Amino acid sequence: MAPLSWDLQLLNVCAALLLLLAFAMLSQRRIVTLVDLLALQGAVLCVATALVAWRTGKSHLYLSALLTLGLKVLFLPWLLRRLIRRLDVYWDTEPMANIGGTMLLGLLIVIFAFGLAQPISALANTSTKSTIGIAVAVTLLAFLTMITRKKAMSQIVGFLSMENGLFFAAMSATYGMPMVVELGVALDVLVAMLVLGVFFFQIRERFESLDLHHFESLKEEK
Amino acid sequence: MMGMSSLSTCLALLAGWIVIGIAGLARPMSVRFAGRALFLAGALCGAGLALVSLWALNAPPEQAVLPIGLPDLPFHLRLDALSAVFLLLLGVTSVGTSVFGAGYFRAGEGTAPGLLCLQYHVFLASMGFVLIANDAYAFMFAWEIMALASYFLVTTQHRIAEIRRAGFLYLLIAHLGALGILLCFGVLQGGHWEMTFDAMRALRLGPQWATCAFLLAFFGFGAKAGLVPLHVWLPEAHPAAPSPVSALMSAVMLKMALYGILRVSFDLIGAPLWWWGLIALGVGLFSALYGVVFAAAQTDMKRLLAYSSIENIGIACAGLGLALVFAGLGMASLAALAVIAMLYHCLNHALMKSLLFLGTGAVLHATGQRNLGKLGGLMRYMPWTAWLTLIGALAIASLPPLNGFVSEWLLLQAFLFTDQIPRTFINMLLPLGAAVVALSAALAAYVMVKFYGVIFLGVPREGTLVRAHDCGRLERFGLAWLAAGCVLLGLLPVQVIARLNAAAILLVGTGLGEHGQRWWLLAPLTQGRASYGPIAFFVGVLSIVLLTALVVRLFYHGRVRFSLPWDCGFGQLDARMQDSAEGFGQPVRHVFQPFFRIERELPSAFDNAPKYRVIVTDRVWYALYEPLVGLVRRAANGVAWLQQGRVTTYLLYGFVTLLVLLGVVLA
Repeated sequence: MAPLSWDLQLLNVCAALLLLLAFAMLSQRRIVTLVDLLALQGAVLCVATALVAWRTGKSHLYLSALLTLGLKVLFLPWLLRRLIRRLDVYWDTEPMANIGGTMLLGLLIVIFAFGLAQPISALANTSTKSTIGIAVAVTLLAFLTMITRKKAMSQIVGFLSMENGLFFAAMSATYGMPMVVELGVALDVLVAMLVLGVFFFQIRERFESLDLHHFESLKEEK
Repeated sequence: MMGMSSLSTCLALLAGWIVIGIAGLARPMSVRFAGRALFLAGALCGAGLALVSLWALNAPPEQAVLPIGLPDLPFHLRLDALSAVFLLLLGVTSVGTSVFGAGYFRAGEGTAPGLLCLQYHVFLASMGFVLIANDAYAFMFAWEIMALASYFLVTTQHRIAEIRRAGFLYLLIAHLGALGILLCFGVLQGGHWEMTFDAMRALRLGPQWATCAFLLAFFGFGAKAGLVPLHVWLPEAHPAAPSPVSALMSAVMLKMALYGILRVSFDLIGAPLWWWGLIALGVGLFSALYGVVFAAAQTDMKRLLAYSSIENIGIACAGLGLALVFAGLGMASLAALAVIAMLYHCLNHALMKSLLFLGTGAVLHATGQRNLGKLGGLMRYMPWTAWLTLIGALAIASLPPLNGFVSEWLLLQAFLFTDQIPRTFINMLLPLGAAVVALSAALAAYVMVKFYGVIFLGVPREGTLVRAHDCGRLERFGLAWLAAGCVLLGLLPVQVIARLNAAAILLVGTGLGEHGQRWWLLAPLTQGRASYGPIAFFVGVLSIVLLTALVVRLFYHGRVRFSLPWDCGFGQLDARMQDSAEGFGQPVRHVFQPFFRIERELPSAFDNAPKYRVIVTDRVWYALYEPLVGLVRRAANGVAWLQQGRVTTYLLYGFVTLLVLLGVVLA
């Protein structure tokens, strides 16, 4: 097996970092730290995108990387931190019962994701195809993060992290989506964030907490 | 030959109906424009349609393809003898109801007149379109438009909760039926995905699939026709609609369902199995008896007519069943007899039932009452309505020389030939069917005596009834048109059957031949067996009546004494002493008690203001529908368990679904 070129090796490092960050998010209890991890994930993603852009010479990927930097590393984390401050949940932690069990489940999911990515990698003709498995795993882990959280704030972080995973999957499978789609997705994420920010204030006003188990009282009685 | 083909003329007339309907939106609040002028124009279209279809009856089938519809699936049209029979029915009946409607609709009754005009004409056009559709897509399209238009017409008075409920029940069962029909077409295309009726005709299904298709069609169309036990919507929806609409629904729309069964079982499937006929026969006979028994127990005049429609549809369906039995066993000429009896009955019922419904409409407008217990003696105040309705009542009671007799007589003739069926038990059991038909006919006469007697005869049961005024000129014309139809169909059966023969030939391959019959003498199979000369009968009845009058006049002493009839010398007869609707129906209610669920409140002997109340409800509702509703509700509650109200649970559903789907992809 020929040794990998340095840029590909760096890309693999980035992918590994992403996966590690996903696990870190899965086990993190403090909300503020979750936002930091998200920003970090965005940064790694930005580097990876720029690397791929440099490797393939596709200029629109530079734009993508820039977009990632602006939106996912700077703007959204800033927005989230501001929200956290204004909502006064700086010291909130998630009451997670079984972190060890969740991590084990995450492990199983990673194995499943790699199995799943095998045929896709065989079909893809990109040089980054080895990272598809990691991208799928990051997406699924982010989903798992959402499921195991009870605070609205951390679910948002999970949601954004899922978007990161999808973005990475698209990049490794086909060198990114068409620019139009990417811009559209970025806009969607932005708008979703703003709308959810408004929602949070409403939710807190109604329940005096951002804990989602209060939502259960909204269910219609039989 | 005319310049245009019948099919294109027919299509133009249907389009005319739609244009008239849309024109109603131009001035939606104007009764004079939307309610009068446009309805009259619609009646003209109807008359044109009747003429065209009369022409098309004996013409060869015509086909056309409309360039509208889905890509790759344009609307296919076909006008053949069977369509023409039902188009004739639609055209003739719509003339009566439209002219009546032109005089009937008033301002301030629920839906605005313009909107009503749109719904009414779209309803008419969609029924016409159902009849000329020649592919499953066009058929279902028209069928659904028909259901929707009639739903909106039923809920004209949508501010009343009961009417909304009736409309919903109707819509629900109509859609269940449509589902059955859709599945039936799915079976009929036989895996070739050719949705034209031509392809379905060419395809021969195996007996299992053919049976499956027939049963689905019978269920689907049966729901629309109101066959027991899918009849529950009918007595709710028909009274809820305005009278011209009730008339159309009962007279024409129910026939569309019978048309559908005929089309599918004889034409599309092609070779019906004989035992399907037994199902249709059984359901039809049961519906007939059930309908008429319930009609006898009703106290609301429109509900009574609705139940009577169930009876008549049942009789027509029995005729259809008999035709299927004969056709399946290869007895073509007997099958032709049964088909003709059935088609004849459809035509008859369309005319007489619309006549009666319009009559109740006139009474409703004059008195504001639908309850039989608050009517009575109206013949004095509404002579036109009363006399014209009398013709309808006599016809539906199947008294000669009117039309109702002819079709029931033909059907009984067909029943009397069942001893030739080469199946031992069947030919022993089927004569019992003849007994049921005869019983239903007799009970129908009883019901009509009740209907007519309680409304028009006797003394007014309410003080306000003396102010009732007769209906206007347009309404009279509508009633007279339909009454004339009843008389003509009764007096000229030979000519009518000669027209219907083409449809019979299309369906079963042969028609009724000429067996020494003359223009005035109907002899369906052989003259030696049975024959009927309505004109001779009519002349006989007329001359006896005239003769009696003459004799009385000649020999009566001339001293005239006025007194109340039937007071037996008591001298203080009042309205409350007359026979009431409940009282008149009581014997039937008593004899057929197992059919009903009766709640009765009897006053005690010491009550100063005694009240007697009896509520008769349908057992089917409690035996079939309520358990069904309970089942659905329990199932829904079971599904509702999924809804835990926890966001993370919902996310988990999504996650697990995703994993499973990915797993499937992986495998």
